[in-house]
Amino acid sequence: MSLLNYTLRIADSSLISGQRLAEWCTNAHTLEEDIALSNIALDLFGQANILLEYASELDGNKTADDFAFKRNEREFFNLKMTEQPNGHFGDTIVKLFLFSSFNFLFYNKLSQSKNKNLSAFAFKSLKEVKYHLKHSKSWMVRLGDGTKESNKKVQESLNSLWEFTGEFFEMDEIDNELNKKGIGVNNKSIKEDWNNIINTTLLDSKLKRPEDGYMQTGSKSGLHTEHLGRLLSEMQYLQRAYPDAKW
Amino acid sequence: MQNGNTEKIWELLNTVPDPEIPVISVVELGVIRNVEYVNKTYLISITPTYSGCPAVKTFQDDIKICLSKNGIDNFDIKLVYFPAWTTDWMSDSTKKKLLKYGISPPSKKIICPQCKSTSTSLVSEFGSTACKSFHKCNECLEPFEHFKCI
Ligand SMILES: [Zn+2]
Repeated sequence: MSLLNYTLRIADSSLISGQRLAEWCTNAHTLEEDIALSNIALDLFGQANILLEYASELDGNKTADDFAFKRNEREFFNLKMTEQPNGHFGDTIVKLFLFSSFNFLFYNKLSQSKNKNLSAFAFKSLKEVKYHLKHSKSWMVRLGDGTKESNKKVQESLNSLWEFTGEFFEMDEIDNELNKKGIGVNNKSIKEDWNNIINTTLLDSKLKRPEDGYMQTGSKSGLHTEHLGRLLSEMQYLQRAYPDAKW
Repeated sequence: MQNGNTEKIWELLNTVPDPEIPVISVVELGVIRNVEYVNKTYLISITPTYSGCPAVKTFQDDIKICLSKNGIDNFDIKLVYFPAWTTDWMSDSTKKKLLKYGISPPSKKIICPQCKSTSTSLVSEFGSTACKSFHKCNECLEPFEHFKCI
């Protein structure tokens, strides 16, 4: 049960993050960027799919699609960061950069998991996340060290999204239990490396690291911001309106 | 074919083209990981290039069609994720085919497929598919795609 929950947490962050990025498809400012964001979304959907198939195996009853399309808001465990609206391009880049830098370090640790499914998944995803990080990092520098206006805008994005980074490093009972068994990651152990990535990138980007103030929490127990419900109502519309529709 | 000749299966699979790069086969791409004969069934293990690769479903269907056409129906296709696919599994002859087809093959030194110049610049980490990045040649100025090393 803990393992299923742990698997869903990782899967849900990929799925919801992918869904948000997919909203950029046909809307980005250049064709190249449109394709880049859509390709990153596709990677994230692929990663979510691998884990939801595994979750289905663990559950023995629900299918991967059931998990994606038939759960309610409170049954999702994605990081709150991932459900935040896209905002302007700078907001999306900051969100992608913060999330990818965490994922990069998290998957690096998870690839050493004693659970073969999770380690294979992490090892594969790591190769993809490296590119997500590289891409978002280069935009951080271009926007932060760009014009006065672009710097001001991404600094604001960073300030407003910062409160969602606290969840990356939380450990609850499930995390502790699985970490003890050598299956799950000790999230606290990657904080230092994460700080290094963030600090060097922000320095290159001429951006200021926000102070930790009020930090969001709750997604591990299915608590979310108001944005997840709206996202799900769009993502799940078809399966809700026409249950089990196939084409 | 009931005799467990896995070599014949490899031969047939080598005739199934990659749906996106038809000059190379799914075997040359390195996505066929194993062919075993277990309980009178050929068990074919395949691995996706990228997690979200949309071609996976297509090459499963193409493999099914190819084997059925050759009178083989005792087979199962299994998706595996470990070891993760890597461009290191592409042979030099496969890389040559890519270059001839107009895609700069995976390598440290990126070559323009048009004029073979190594003076090129990156346009975007993401090309028409996740497995390729987008570049332009500084010599002949033509745009081209490069198969990313992963
Ligand atoms: Zn050229």
